[in-house]
Amino acid sequence: MTDARTGSDAAFVEFDHVQKSYDGENLVVKDLNLSISRGEFLTMLGPSGSGKTTCLMMLAGFETATHGDIRLGGRPINNIPPHKRGIGMVFQNYALFPHMTVAENLAFPLEVRKIGKSDRDAKVKRALDMVQMGAFGGRRPAQLSGGQQQRIALARALVFEPELVLMDEPLGALDKQLREHMQFEITRLAHNLGITTVYVTHDQTEALTMSDNIAVFDDGRIQQLAPPAKLYEEPQNSFVAQFIGENNTLLGTVREIKGEIAVVQLDDGELIDCKPVNVSKPGERTRVSIRPERVEFNKSRLQAGAHTLNAEVLEFIYMGDIFRTRLRVAGNDDFVVKTRNAPDQVRLTPGQQIEIGWLPQDCRALDA
Amino acid sequence: MSETIEAGPMRAADGTPLKKSLARALRRQKLRALALIAPLLIFILVTFIAPIADMLFRSVENQIVSDTLPRTVVALKDWDAASDEAPGEPVFAALAVDFQIATELKNHTKLGSRLNYEDPGISSLFRKSGRSADDIGKSFMDRFVGIDAAWKKPETWAALFGDDVWLADATAWADAKDKDAREPAFKLRDGVGDALPATAETYRTFARAVQAEGRKGLVETKPWPVLFTALSQDLTSATPEALAALTDVDTALLQQAATAVAGTEPFAYRDAFLAIDKGWGDVDAWRTIRAYSPRYTPGYFLNAIDLEKGADGISARPDDQKIYIKLFIRTMWMSMLITFSCLLLGYPVAWLLANLRSSTANLLMILVLLPFWTSLLVRTSAWKVLLQQQGVINDILVWLGLVDDGNRLIMINNQFGTITAMTHILLPFMILPLYSVMKTIPPSYLRAAKSLGATNWTAFWRVYFPQSVPGIGAGSILVFILSIGYYITPEIVGGTQGVFISNRIAYHISTSLNWGLAAALGAILLAVVLLLYYVYDKIVGIDNVKLG
Repeated sequence: MTDARTGSDAAFVEFDHVQKSYDGENLVVKDLNLSISRGEFLTMLGPSGSGKTTCLMMLAGFETATHGDIRLGGRPINNIPPHKRGIGMVFQNYALFPHMTVAENLAFPLEVRKIGKSDRDAKVKRALDMVQMGAFGGRRPAQLSGGQQQRIALARALVFEPELVLMDEPLGALDKQLREHMQFEITRLAHNLGITTVYVTHDQTEALTMSDNIAVFDDGRIQQLAPPAKLYEEPQNSFVAQFIGENNTLLGTVREIKGEIAVVQLDDGELIDCKPVNVSKPGERTRVSIRPERVEFNKSRLQAGAHTLNAEVLEFIYMGDIFRTRLRVAGNDDFVVKTRNAPDQVRLTPGQQIEIGWLPQDCRALDA
Repeated sequence: MSETIEAGPMRAADGTPLKKSLARALRRQKLRALALIAPLLIFILVTFIAPIADMLFRSVENQIVSDTLPRTVVALKDWDAASDEAPGEPVFAALAVDFQIATELKNHTKLGSRLNYEDPGISSLFRKSGRSADDIGKSFMDRFVGIDAAWKKPETWAALFGDDVWLADATAWADAKDKDAREPAFKLRDGVGDALPATAETYRTFARAVQAEGRKGLVETKPWPVLFTALSQDLTSATPEALAALTDVDTALLQQAATAVAGTEPFAYRDAFLAIDKGWGDVDAWRTIRAYSPRYTPGYFLNAIDLEKGADGISARPDDQKIYIKLFIRTMWMSMLITFSCLLLGYPVAWLLANLRSSTANLLMILVLLPFWTSLLVRTSAWKVLLQQQGVINDILVWLGLVDDGNRLIMINNQFGTITAMTHILLPFMILPLYSVMKTIPPSYLRAAKSLGATNWTAFWRVYFPQSVPGIGAGSILVFILSIGYYITPEIVGGTQGVFISNRIAYHISTSLNWGLAAALGAILLAVVLLLYYVYDKIVGIDNVKLG
């Protein structure tokens, strides 16, 4: 672990054994250790009640840590009030001040910093142009659409040039198309300006598309901290596997571990090959996880000698770009297979009996 | 495209104009809505709008003078009010008839009280004169009876002024002695009104009064003495031709009387009145009567703003009678103080209510609402117990040694008492609108402001406070308007220094019975409130008032 006190770039924001309790009985955040480097886009992802927003609020200064240190640029900030932290923040409902115009909203952080009027106007204009809202300075927030308000909230959080910006589910209120567009805009801005961003969301697609690193929260702990691809493809435990993306799980017992291959006996007696992740010795219960798009029913594409399973097609759903097939596998009726809509792709029919298999590295034996 | 392009209005599928079709479709809905609000609408019209309209009308209404002294009012038009002499004989002649009728109908004291508001003391002139007003009539009666004894008989008068058909019916009724039936309604004989206008009018009034009482018939009731006064006046001015035009009546009797009246010296009405009361020679009394003779008068309003209407126009009242302007200003000023202290005390409470956990907030809300569950009178009386010189607060201060026993604080029967008690009573009206507005301000605004670098105070003042202004507006208007018209609390704890204009209005309604003045004061109060409301709308904007 990097020593944050040296102020090295590697740890611009650091949570050091941070705990938080509201009632003195339950810990909402349990022993949080996290370091974020300068310029990084980190997303805190997790179900509601997982502690991610509490972490964000502690960083912003609206909540105090019950135990542990939070450091910003090497400086402990536990006792610094929010307005002196110089952290930009975008709120879930934008929190644009309704009694001020857009320009006044943007000028507010500059005004309280006692920046001169001409300088202020220039910065406001630059910030508005940055989010392509230059023409809207005189409007009131209520006269703007959701997407426009979102841009203004973003501009306001950036106008005083903070080094760290926090975003608390900022896109939650937008429709799908706008959300995707704004995801792109936010990442572009964050990277162009080189600011460090901590982004909280419960939307995994958002997390995957935007982040440099994702911290998956559950039960007050970080379950896994990794870049999106690693998180999706190599989940460290069954919570992450299940929370990120779609996932098929099969329950079984480890029979044998041979280096990179673990042989797992499923509950109905069939044997499969997996990659051991959270299992160490034979006899352990395990939850085996396979992504729907990694399931193969074309035998020629499987390794020679790979274990296969018998499956019955229960349902075939045409979804345009992909086909989604629901199978009964080893007593599990919710085993889903996704296949690309390619010209040579087979379309299965319900009732059909097939054989399925996968590469051992795509099938991960996790904790039960 | 099968659609035909038509010039003119849009049409519904069946060809009727779309507007008509829509109106028909909406009519049922409108009628149903109207039916739903009808009970409330009627209730409000009857119990709220109508009394207010009536009150506004009373503040300018002044028909009592011209109704009671109609002839005098007409005769007074020729009198020069600026002169230092009382009016001449014609006015007193008119007064003789008017006043006697008023005495018979017992209206003269009402008129006296009405004029007494404007000219204190005049009511005793009216009351005293009422007792001996008959004397004038009786002297005429003696004269007529001296001419012919028939003038004393009711039948003579009934035959002279009553319609023939009515006379027959009335005589029959009198003979039948049927207790349950009423005497047929009096009808004036054709033509007699032209020949003897004053007498005919007086007789009609006499007939109405007698028949309203209903115990005796007209043909059995002795004529009022005033009839002789009127008849004498009529005969003096009537031409022989006019009398001759009267047919079917005993013209000989009339002619004889006319000749006799012409032969005697004119009656000295002025002297007669002066003999009854010297006050009738007082120019000021006549000026008052003349000034208030129109049917509508600004007098009450002038009075309500410490002015009076004299013979030479509008002038300020003497200093010792100026009370209303001072009272209005005090009412405004104290209401503002009360509003301000309610705001000062209520704002933090509303903030707490809006920001605490709901279980704690509920408890606090009960405490805020608790005063509503106690009677207003009880609460005000409790303040009396607390604030008086031998009261709880003074006792504690004395016990603590903060106040000397000999110099106990005077906290009641003055403005302090009124402001304290009313602030307490009106506080919920400030807290509730504030609370409901604050409840709608998300806490994220304050957080956003702080995250942008604002200190707690800046965040509050620049971000939170402006958004709570609608609540302040609503609460302030509510408290101010309630307190400006408050009555019970100032009455009980206000003493003389802490009373409001409403206490004065109540006094005029229930004690002095000067309803016109009370109505004028009320109308001014209403106008002031509306004006303030308008000013508020111009400055803050009424859209900015929210109750939640």
